[in-house]
Amino acid sequence: MLVHGDRQVLQIVLLSLGVSGAATALSLLVGVPIGVALGLNRFPGRRFFVTLVNTGMGAPPVVVGLVVTLFIWRNGPLGLLHILYTPAAMILAQFIIAMPLISGFTMAGIQQLDPKLRLQIQALGASRMQMVKMLLLEARLPLLAAVMAGFGAVISEVGASMMVGGNIAGQTRVMTTAIVGEVSKGDFSIAIALSVLLMILVFAVNLFLTWVQQRGKKS
Amino acid sequence: MTQSHITQNRVTISAEGLSVTRNEKKTLDIPSIQVLRDEVLVIIGPNGSGKTTLVLCLALLMKPDAGKIEYKGEAVKDDHQILQIRRQMAVVFQESLLLNTSVWNNVIMGLGFRSVKKEEAKARAQRWLERFGVAHLAHRQAKTLSGGEAKRVSLARAFALEPEVLFLDEPFEGLDSPTRQALTSDFESVLRETKISTVMVTHDRNEALILADRVAVLINGQLRQIGKPNDIFNYPLDEEVAGFVEIGNILNGDIRQQINGMAVVSIGSNQIEAVSPIPAGARVTACLRFEDITLSLPDGFDNTTSARNRLKGVITRVVPLAAQVRVTVDSGFQLTALITRRSYEEMGLVEGKEVSAAFKASVIHLIPHK
Repeated sequence: MLVHGDRQVLQIVLLSLGVSGAATALSLLVGVPIGVALGLNRFPGRRFFVTLVNTGMGAPPVVVGLVVTLFIWRNGPLGLLHILYTPAAMILAQFIIAMPLISGFTMAGIQQLDPKLRLQIQALGASRMQMVKMLLLEARLPLLAAVMAGFGAVISEVGASMMVGGNIAGQTRVMTTAIVGEVSKGDFSIAIALSVLLMILVFAVNLFLTWVQQRGKKS
Repeated sequence: MTQSHITQNRVTISAEGLSVTRNEKKTLDIPSIQVLRDEVLVIIGPNGSGKTTLVLCLALLMKPDAGKIEYKGEAVKDDHQILQIRRQMAVVFQESLLLNTSVWNNVIMGLGFRSVKKEEAKARAQRWLERFGVAHLAHRQAKTLSGGEAKRVSLARAFALEPEVLFLDEPFEGLDSPTRQALTSDFESVLRETKISTVMVTHDRNEALILADRVAVLINGQLRQIGKPNDIFNYPLDEEVAGFVEIGNILNGDIRQQINGMAVVSIGSNQIEAVSPIPAGARVTACLRFEDITLSLPDGFDNTTSARNRLKGVITRVVPLAAQVRVTVDSGFQLTALITRRSYEEMGLVEGKEVSAAFKASVIHLIPHK
């Protein structure tokens, strides 16, 4: 099956990549600015938000799945969207899982920079936006670690995807939910094949990101 | 009116009522300070005296808790204006603070922020890297540089901005001595050429003496004295300034007599004479440089006949230094002199030996107590 490929397997892999990729991208869009804001500023209530992010970094996917399900349930506050058991719901759940990871890594990355570096960049004449850009560039290693951690977390989680996606063949079945499904049916060979594929995929993505991350290391 | 106009034009940065409070302690409290056009203002002071805070405030990188700052006669108000003024300044910190990219990108970056045209920016970066002798490092990654190289790049980065005002916060601190000397002399000649208004913080007395048009002494967040280097180092206004500029012996005494500009000061159980108009009865601090005191053996040949003060005493301590020897004599009060190794050996000075200490009345600086 691995060698010959299979339309169904291909579809599952593509959906996995699509959902987790979209969730990671969204998390970057929202999580990086939050991380920057928490890393750069001192404001009342900051400690609370930091704790929130840190808690989010360790939130069990199953719990996230449950909360999202409750929200998008027919009678839930977001029930009107009718996204339960769709890839959109899975992206939403995975976004909630990855976002704190990315915020947390970004915040840590910004905070580990010498505080005087901010002053130096400002002294060079940078506007606030230019300064943030330079700081993010300076923190590119932890930032790419953030992408790896975020993507790694969501591509490999199963609880939330199962709950909000429903593991519907051809619609919301991703690699992890497929593996769980196959094992529960007693079909180990497909489960093993998918697991190997998943590992290869995660490895390939991380290989690429690591290459990007370490590129500037040697001079 | 015209007079004040001229002085106004000479002021680049003016700060009034600057105050910064940290942890309920005033780290900066300066009623008024000015940076004049084209001058090199050197700020000296002990650790934690607020020197860096003052520089950050004047460079508009930190908002003081209170105070008003004017740049070229215009009051600094909103953030947009601050950015525009900041783009006419440059700051070099104690750490080189290069960004994790190539040397070239580091130097060109600020010019980009300031929208300097590409060609012009390239020419300037190249020129200043060359001026500081690091053009061959342009394509190296900044973090692979040695401390001295990084400092040169950070100076080139600041000068390439061709700022109206340049701030330097202990720029040569932490470099080894040969590196520091080479860099200081390069920097000195650049500073003489460019004539940029410069504010520089340093610990080094010699740096201050060589570079400064004016020296400001900051102690406990307060501006204790500001003026020509010579005045600061020879005529400190108070005891703490005298102590910081290492004027030498700092002795407390009372003026017993005043005869035609010559004051007789009693210190400990002895008396000295000093050129000073301070009237009798005043309590004073007498400053006397170590190197202005000559030691001789009481019965030996004496070549200091012109010295007004001649005190007999007993050596209490001898500290041989690299090139000189520091000898402390008890002559009714503790008096320390710096003498050459040669005369130290010739005279065979040891603790317990009796000597005569001589110095002129004109080398003593008296500070009246308030």
